[in-house]
Amino acid sequence: MTSMPWSTIWLIPLLPFVGFLINGTLGRRLPRNVVGAVALLFTALPAGLVAWLWVTMCAAEAPRSFVSEIRPNGFDWIAITGFHVNFAFAVDHLTLIMLAVVTGVGFLIHIYSVGYMGHEEGYWRYFAYLNLFMFFMSVLVLAANFLLLFVGWEGVGLASYLLIGFYFKKSSAANAGKKAFIVNRIGDFGFLLAMFLLIAHFGSLSFKEVFAVLTQNPQWQQQGAHFLPAIALLLLLGAAGKSAQIPLYIWLPDAMEGPTPVSALIHAATMVTAGVYMVARCHPLFDSSPFAMMVVAVIGAATALFAASIGMVQNDIKRVLAYSTISQLGYMFMACGVGAYAAGIFHLLTHAFFKALLFLAAGSVIHALSGEQDMRNMGGLRTRTPITFWTMSAGVFAIAGIPPFAGFFSKDEILYRTFTSTNPLHIVLWLVGLLTAGMTSFYMFRLWFKTFFGNAKFERTELENHASAVHARSRTNLMMEAEPNEDQAECPHGVHESPWIMLLPLVVLAILSIVGGWVGIPAALGGNNGMERFLDPVFASNTTGEAAATVGHGLELALAFISVLAALAGFYFAYVSYYKKPGTASTLAARNPTAYSLVKNKYLVDEFYGAYLITPLLMFTRGILELMVELGLVNGSAAAAGATTRGFAWIARKQISGNIRSYAGWLAIGAAAVITAMIFGDALKALL
Amino acid sequence: MVPTAYYLILAAMLFSIGIAAFLIKRNVITIFISIELMLNAVNLTFVAFAHMWHQVSGQIFVFFVMVVAAAEAAVGLAIVLSIFRTRKTLNVDEIDLMKS
Repeated sequence: MTSMPWSTIWLIPLLPFVGFLINGTLGRRLPRNVVGAVALLFTALPAGLVAWLWVTMCAAEAPRSFVSEIRPNGFDWIAITGFHVNFAFAVDHLTLIMLAVVTGVGFLIHIYSVGYMGHEEGYWRYFAYLNLFMFFMSVLVLAANFLLLFVGWEGVGLASYLLIGFYFKKSSAANAGKKAFIVNRIGDFGFLLAMFLLIAHFGSLSFKEVFAVLTQNPQWQQQGAHFLPAIALLLLLGAAGKSAQIPLYIWLPDAMEGPTPVSALIHAATMVTAGVYMVARCHPLFDSSPFAMMVVAVIGAATALFAASIGMVQNDIKRVLAYSTISQLGYMFMACGVGAYAAGIFHLLTHAFFKALLFLAAGSVIHALSGEQDMRNMGGLRTRTPITFWTMSAGVFAIAGIPPFAGFFSKDEILYRTFTSTNPLHIVLWLVGLLTAGMTSFYMFRLWFKTFFGNAKFERTELENHASAVHARSRTNLMMEAEPNEDQAECPHGVHESPWIMLLPLVVLAILSIVGGWVGIPAALGGNNGMERFLDPVFASNTTGEAAATVGHGLELALAFISVLAALAGFYFAYVSYYKKPGTASTLAARNPTAYSLVKNKYLVDEFYGAYLITPLLMFTRGILELMVELGLVNGSAAAAGATTRGFAWIARKQISGNIRSYAGWLAIGAAAVITAMIFGDALKALL
Repeated sequence: MVPTAYYLILAAMLFSIGIAAFLIKRNVITIFISIELMLNAVNLTFVAFAHMWHQVSGQIFVFFVMVVAAAEAAVGLAIVLSIFRTRKTLNVDEIDLMKS
């Protein structure tokens, strides 16, 4: 083991933390380029370490699972008789993929941020938070037990909160941060309860030990022990919070208030996929409960469809992408729910590439238009920002599932696995997935056409006026949303391509969005199922893969063909509605005003939660807790204690009269009392 | 032979009269006298016990008390004089400079 870089694994999370400490404490006084260099250095080093880890692990004949568990020598984090929790890290193939996504995409987004945030206030704060996020995310994926995973889980939530509320002077951003945090707390509550149940029934929180106990006790599953589905469902609640699934998805669209690179890193590529990772990581627990698996699949499918339908009518470019993220996360959950964990992780990987790319490209578009986010005010950017256009096109084609882009392979894999799964609802799930694929294709091409094609919505001078108007607005009450340009003199032409430091990550991610799917080309298409084989040591226990293998390649090809058709149909509708006859969509909307406004207003879910959950909760807190408990009990008892003391003090104060004779009187009374006690003391004692 | 208890009862009575006078009277001189009364009540108990136990130390204590009382009377009267000079009164209730 000495030849392997095990001891250096600690550095992967620790280095970003050092970066966070440097930028967090000294950043305010350091010049901008030093802050950026520190942040980049301390994310580049872990990325390099991960690359080294890949090389050594792939070279060595790696054992099947949980390759290594590393813990600090002679130090127990929590040690109660018979129950130990350690700061233990473990690396297996799943962790390797997650680490590659986190450090690789994270590093690219750090590069992009240097350009994007270049003129922002609080530059050092931004990079400190971003490095903090990298620290916690690495802890999350490296953790070898539930509690350490939970530490990372909460930590990324904190970083997410800080970065959503980065423009904290803007109240909508501050509120979005709070919303994200509170909604995540609901999920975390489930996670905590699941951990308590694990401690109660398994006596351990280590993944290795829990899964070992599970395999040693097959009778639990046969007898239908109730705690197994309970644990799985509570974990799912946690995952739904973090990964924005129904019913806890509402925070993610609002999280777009944060800077765009943050949306790309945290709210698209890495943090929100933590739920999928967790479900995949705990797959023995989910496998042991068909009911929980069913719930996972149904929630995933429902979220995918639901979010995609909202995404079709949004006009804010970032919100379209946010709903698309929710929808794609639903896909991953659906994959996990039918036992196709490898397919889910495969989609997680490709999604990290193309969704990060889409967000960064959207950031570049917003940058080009000096802070404009409304797609109705875009158009014709194809020629003005050519590199952004070409890179974003790669992302759009990838997410729409057009071969041979990355998204096609992963999405197709999920649909195929769903279709052939043993889940009783598999046909329904597949249809939902197919419909979602078509809708995804539609809204992505809608975005594409609206942004890059057609006529520029502004003539040059108008745009400049508009840009300065946007600037004025953002300076006064919105506080510089995305466009950092302080001086208009820098960009006299209004629309401008982004600097190379922002385009470089776009190009890299675009290449990954094209070739990223090739690691998992299915056998039916002449590939070798590389992704699934790679993850085999982790997910070997699930049987769906073998069941599917018996079905011929013909079915897989047919399903792939159907899903491509769905994607092309989405493309065609978008082409007709937004390119050929631009009025089509609005006439359709005008013909069905009720349906349109319902979808447009996101099915009024936020309003529903507001009316039926938040308002009663507020009434309860204000009426019962604040008035009765807080004011009555807490304040009342404190006031009563104060009044009592004051009363006694008043009596005592009256004795300090300043009159010598009254003092003498007290003295005499005291002396008399002492003498009485001396004389009659024995009698009193006898009496008692 | 008079029993010791009689002396003690007399001393207690004298002491109580002294306390009462000390508490009730307002004139500084009277208060002063009542203090002397209490001192002498204590002296009487000393002597009574010395007689009872045939110990001479009690009587020696009495001399000490007398000496101290004489010194105290000298200082006290001097204070009374100086108070009277500045305040033109001997009523203790009016001598309240220390009272906030």
